[in-house]
Amino acid sequence: MKNDRGDIELAGVCKSFDGVTNVVDGVNLEIADGAYCCFIGPSGCGKTTILRMIAGHEDPTAGEIVIGGQNVVGLAPVQRRTAMMFQSYALFPHLTVRENIAFALRVRGQSKADRLRAADAMIEKVRLTSFADRLPAQLSGGQQQRVALARAAITEPRVLLLDEPLSALDEQLRVQMRQELRRMQQELGITFIHVTHTQLEAIALADLVVVMEQGRIKQAGPAREVYAHPRDRYVAEFMGGQNVLSGRVEKVNGASFTLAQAAPDGIEVPLQARPTVSVGDKVDIAVRRDDVALVRPGKELPPGCTTSLPSRVLAIEYQGYFVKVMLDTVPDDEFVAYVPEKAFFADPFTVGDVVMATWATGSALPLA
Amino acid sequence: MSAVLADMSKTERAKTETSKTIAPATSKAIAPSKGGRPWTFYVLAALFVAYVLALYGPMFCIYILSFQDIRGGLVFPMKGHSLHWFVDLFTQVRTGDVKGSFDRSIKLAVIVTIITVVVSFLAGLGFRRRFRGDTIVFYMMIGSLVAPGLVLGLGTGLLFQALGLNASWYTSALGAQLSWTLPFGVLVMFAVMSRFNHAWEEAAYDLGASRWQSIWLVMIPVLAPGLIAVALFGFTLSYDEFARSLQTAGSLNTLPLEIWSMTLNVTSPSLYALGTVTTIVSFIVIGASLGTIVLIQKKRGSRAKR
Repeated sequence: MKNDRGDIELAGVCKSFDGVTNVVDGVNLEIADGAYCCFIGPSGCGKTTILRMIAGHEDPTAGEIVIGGQNVVGLAPVQRRTAMMFQSYALFPHLTVRENIAFALRVRGQSKADRLRAADAMIEKVRLTSFADRLPAQLSGGQQQRVALARAAITEPRVLLLDEPLSALDEQLRVQMRQELRRMQQELGITFIHVTHTQLEAIALADLVVVMEQGRIKQAGPAREVYAHPRDRYVAEFMGGQNVLSGRVEKVNGASFTLAQAAPDGIEVPLQARPTVSVGDKVDIAVRRDDVALVRPGKELPPGCTTSLPSRVLAIEYQGYFVKVMLDTVPDDEFVAYVPEKAFFADPFTVGDVVMATWATGSALPLA
Repeated sequence: MSAVLADMSKTERAKTETSKTIAPATSKAIAPSKGGRPWTFYVLAALFVAYVLALYGPMFCIYILSFQDIRGGLVFPMKGHSLHWFVDLFTQVRTGDVKGSFDRSIKLAVIVTIITVVVSFLAGLGFRRRFRGDTIVFYMMIGSLVAPGLVLGLGTGLLFQALGLNASWYTSALGAQLSWTLPFGVLVMFAVMSRFNHAWEEAAYDLGASRWQSIWLVMIPVLAPGLIAVALFGFTLSYDEFARSLQTAGSLNTLPLEIWSMTLNVTSPSLYALGTVTTIVSFIVIGASLGTIVLIQKKRGSRAKR
């Protein structure tokens, strides 16, 4: 009986190419069957290496890779029932769309009639019927991507691995193909693992976002959790949308603590998930850029706000539905407020204005 | 007042002048001319014509002189025109063993071509990744390319003698020619392989192809134009090889050796007729190879279309 489960477990996976440094350094992760998982991180963080190890194109130096309850280390991609979509698609230039898609069946020894019929069914699924006899070089980037997807999917894999699938496309097409990937994933009902370095792409697509740095997983969780509740400074800064401030703990009072900062009274931060804070600790906190409100000095703070930091406006960028206001609130870190367009233009600031940056006390997040 | 006006007109003029220089750069070519082409075109064209004449003139002298009639001699002026010397070439025995040597040269060239293509392809596969001693292997190969052919042929002849083997066109001459065609073939193969995307191989493996299937169904078809180019090199280099074959061909001559010996004792335009015939053979081989490459490229559609 065929095992169709596509759940993946990585246990202590390490990879070293030179025997000295680990490109992937002890990764543990569970990915549910049928999940859409995005690995995200800067280039060289080991995300592609993990993908290639799951695909069977690299062997881990240590650790286990379990797919559907079976350790697959040492097995060929076909035996793992994984399929990979390569970064530049790697379509065979001498074969037509139909022959490219039928390739996997051809090497399996299926008869020509059978494999072409199966390929045509798949071509219809990715809506390329009128392009079936074209060569890859005669297709647009988006069409090439669909061929690559169809070619990988025809083997009926349990897991589809995508190596930066959208990086070769221009901005508009990227958003369009992003939806198509999600649609295909739901249609096929299999696990997708997608490597990217674009934050927006990851949070738009993934059930599970895995943020990596230097061969290690920094945080893994649902998109909203990773974006809204980053665990540490690295994740907060990498995912974006957050202001990160650091300071020493001045006093701890029950459910919150106060951070010494430029503000006259310090910054009050709720304790939340960080139970062990003591006076004198150096702590990072994150405040979402869209939670920051700007008030002219002397005006009353909005309700719920106890902290206000005097700042000067450094630059203003109009972004459409919001306005990005860059401030010199804290000396070492960037501090940005995303002000809704209408609120901003009701009383517009100009560069050089002094404002009070404030936020609802409950929205400040202590970082690990 | 007028001074101010004059001043203004001056600034106006300055303005138009700057706009002129900024405007189309093409109008400010190095060699301006009144309409038509710049004089540099004619200089370069003359240079090119001279180059073509120097390149093809000598050959065409041979071809033209081979079409004389029975009174024909070895130098201009042309005496009549007929195919007499071509008939003479294939009927007269005293001119030398043209048919036999032509036969041998073609056979040898085919063998050399096959070995060159196979070995170059395998070397191309081998050099995809770095390995221990790869630079040494590479430089040894280049070494045999730059070694003087006559000396290399002489050495091969001596080596065969020392080993007590008979020198012949299909043993020692084959070896000597391969020392020339293999490095060439491998160098061409390197250039061809550098354009091969290794992701294609990985994709084939990912889709379940065995090593053989990925070579047979992906690598060879993708590399086909390059392999034909290597074959063409192998064939033409062997077909007109002289220096290395001179001391290694043994008692039976290859065609270039036969022609050379004929220049010593044949004093009729049939020598030129032979030159014309061998050139035609060369052009047929080159034409067929290029035609195949063009056909393959055409079948695959032009990459530049988009």
